[in-house]
Amino acid sequence: MPCRAAYVCIVILTPLSLFATIWNVGTTYKLKKVHAALELAQSGDTIIVQSGLYTEGTLTINKKLVLIGINYPVLDGEKKAEVVSIKHDSVVFNGFRVQRSGYATLDDPGGIKVYNSNNVAIINNDLYDNFFGIYIQYGKHCRIQNNKIKSLGKDEQAIGNGIHCWKSDSLLIIGNKIQGHRDGIYFEFVTHSLIWRNQSEKNIRYGLHFMFSNNDTYVTNTFNNNGAGVAVMFSHKVNMFNNTFSNNWGDAAYGILLKEISDCVMQGNRFTSNTIAVYMEGTNRIKIYKCVFQNNGWGLKIQASCMDNSIELNNFLSNTFDVSTNGSLVLNTFSNNYWDKYNGYDLNKDKIGDIPFHPLSLFAVLVEQNNPVMLLYQSLFTVLLDKSEKLIPSLTPDNFIDESPRMLKIVL
Amino acid sequence: MIKMIQLVMLDVVKNRTVLAYLLLLSTLSWSVFFLEDSSTKGTLTLLNLMLLMIPLVSIIFSSIYIYNSSEFIYLLVSQPVSRKTIWISLYLGSVSALIVALFIGLGIPALLYLPLSIALYLISVGIAITATFSSFGFLVASAFRDKAKGIGVSILLWLFFAILFDGIILLLIFQFSAYPIEKAMIVVSMFSPLDLARILVLIQLDVASLLGYTGAIFQLFFGTKLGTIISAIVLLLWAVIPFLLSLKIFTKRDL
Repeated sequence: MPCRAAYVCIVILTPLSLFATIWNVGTTYKLKKVHAALELAQSGDTIIVQSGLYTEGTLTINKKLVLIGINYPVLDGEKKAEVVSIKHDSVVFNGFRVQRSGYATLDDPGGIKVYNSNNVAIINNDLYDNFFGIYIQYGKHCRIQNNKIKSLGKDEQAIGNGIHCWKSDSLLIIGNKIQGHRDGIYFEFVTHSLIWRNQSEKNIRYGLHFMFSNNDTYVTNTFNNNGAGVAVMFSHKVNMFNNTFSNNWGDAAYGILLKEISDCVMQGNRFTSNTIAVYMEGTNRIKIYKCVFQNNGWGLKIQASCMDNSIELNNFLSNTFDVSTNGSLVLNTFSNNYWDKYNGYDLNKDKIGDIPFHPLSLFAVLVEQNNPVMLLYQSLFTVLLDKSEKLIPSLTPDNFIDESPRMLKIVL
Repeated sequence: MIKMIQLVMLDVVKNRTVLAYLLLLSTLSWSVFFLEDSSTKGTLTLLNLMLLMIPLVSIIFSSIYIYNSSEFIYLLVSQPVSRKTIWISLYLGSVSALIVALFIGLGIPALLYLPLSIALYLISVGIAITATFSSFGFLVASAFRDKAKGIGVSILLWLFFAILFDGIILLLIFQFSAYPIEKAMIVVSMFSPLDLARILVLIQLDVASLLGYTGAIFQLFFGTKLGTIISAIVLLLWAVIPFLLSLKIFTKRDL
């Protein structure tokens, strides 16, 4: 079998090697500059760059080329220019260290920027201290995989996004590690894309930021310790599966902020130690399913402008407030959740509590109406108020209710 | 005077109420730390217990102690010591017994389970509350001759600071919700030693960011050295002023 496989390889690869040339760049080769290779190469060629420091301003790739770096050759923009501009379809850019791009607010230079090109693959690069990390505008079927993107910015204005995608479609963003940018991953008008297994942390603003981006899916990503967590706004049909949102702690930090979005599914996500785990405003038909809310200030903040959302089979564990809302209108449904604050009983042993649970505490309502009330947090007076309200709900909306609270933690 | 303080302390310890208080506190605080897995939650529960238990026990215990030791006081007055010394020794003796109980019952588990700074905050706040409510107890006991009346007033005082005052604050917040009342609230919170103590500890925990804008304003004040010093002085005044009043009444009273 190995013989046959090798034979197949030879048959497939031979025609390629006949037409494509491999250009080596490095101090020990004839070509010392990447620029020179880019000029000489024809469409379909491969350029292999040996390790070393290359300070050549902007490298523009406007042919169908494969660029491969050996031991992370350093492409340095010296804080003056964009480092790599990709302006052709099907370019592969693999294994470089791209650093110190210029800063400009008008044309947003990036470490690697893709202009109007499809099927571009940006793989295994190390991006360091750039204004924008990887920037894709008008790209289709591009793949951004296993890149390390790090920036040292302190000021929100002086730093761009880690992976910035604009007016694109069918992107794959997989396994990247992003740190210290303004937004870790930023999507604006990006459709049918997959964000999978990325780690976005310590970004100044959001770990992930969605605007007007429909039909996207993000799976198994980690968003940790970002300035304001994750924001998904003005989008519909976004799927969010098995992501972790943690340690987004601060005055205006959210695990995830959902604003004006509809028809989304959130399943299997974990929210731990966020000030507000999920903040929903003007969201419709969202299904929050099998998620874990643990150690958050607020588990869910559902504004009265939300409609037809269903919250099902989630675990709410040791949050200060499980749920809060700002009005008396409740158009969302809660069912089959486990609430650790529930202290009902289960006589027929079907593991579902016999009396419904009111997840909204009176104190949460008072705080929502008037934030300074939070001063009375943990005072005996408010504890007593809450207890009496639990027995005879009068001020909290009485249809804010989980009719079938679980007795035991749901195993996820 | 030192001799007298020792005498009072010994008497208070023999009384067994302090022993029961110690046992209660230590049972509560150990069970809190065994049951709660996160230290923030543990701190909050402990804080809650402290704000409920310490003032109640301190005020009731110290007033009853004064009523019950009236014969002992008569005896002391017949000796060549000034009334001032007697009263101060009574106060310091009973307060230090309560503080020792507090330290053993609550301080040791807190020091073991919590970050040092937060544990120290809790303990010092506990000591301040003990001192404050003991002096309330002394004030009540010196002002009312009738024991039943005195204990009733003590309970009312406790009820006022533990519950009613927060109700008034809630009312104020809602009445003045249209105004920027955050800074005024700092001043208002100084009018209740319990609220001041609670806020001082809350600000130290990471739940502080739940307080939003109000929390930020409070952090700006209580987070600074000046704010800490001012609030410490206010807490001290809460202990000193009622005691001085009671001292005045006691020295002038016809026994």
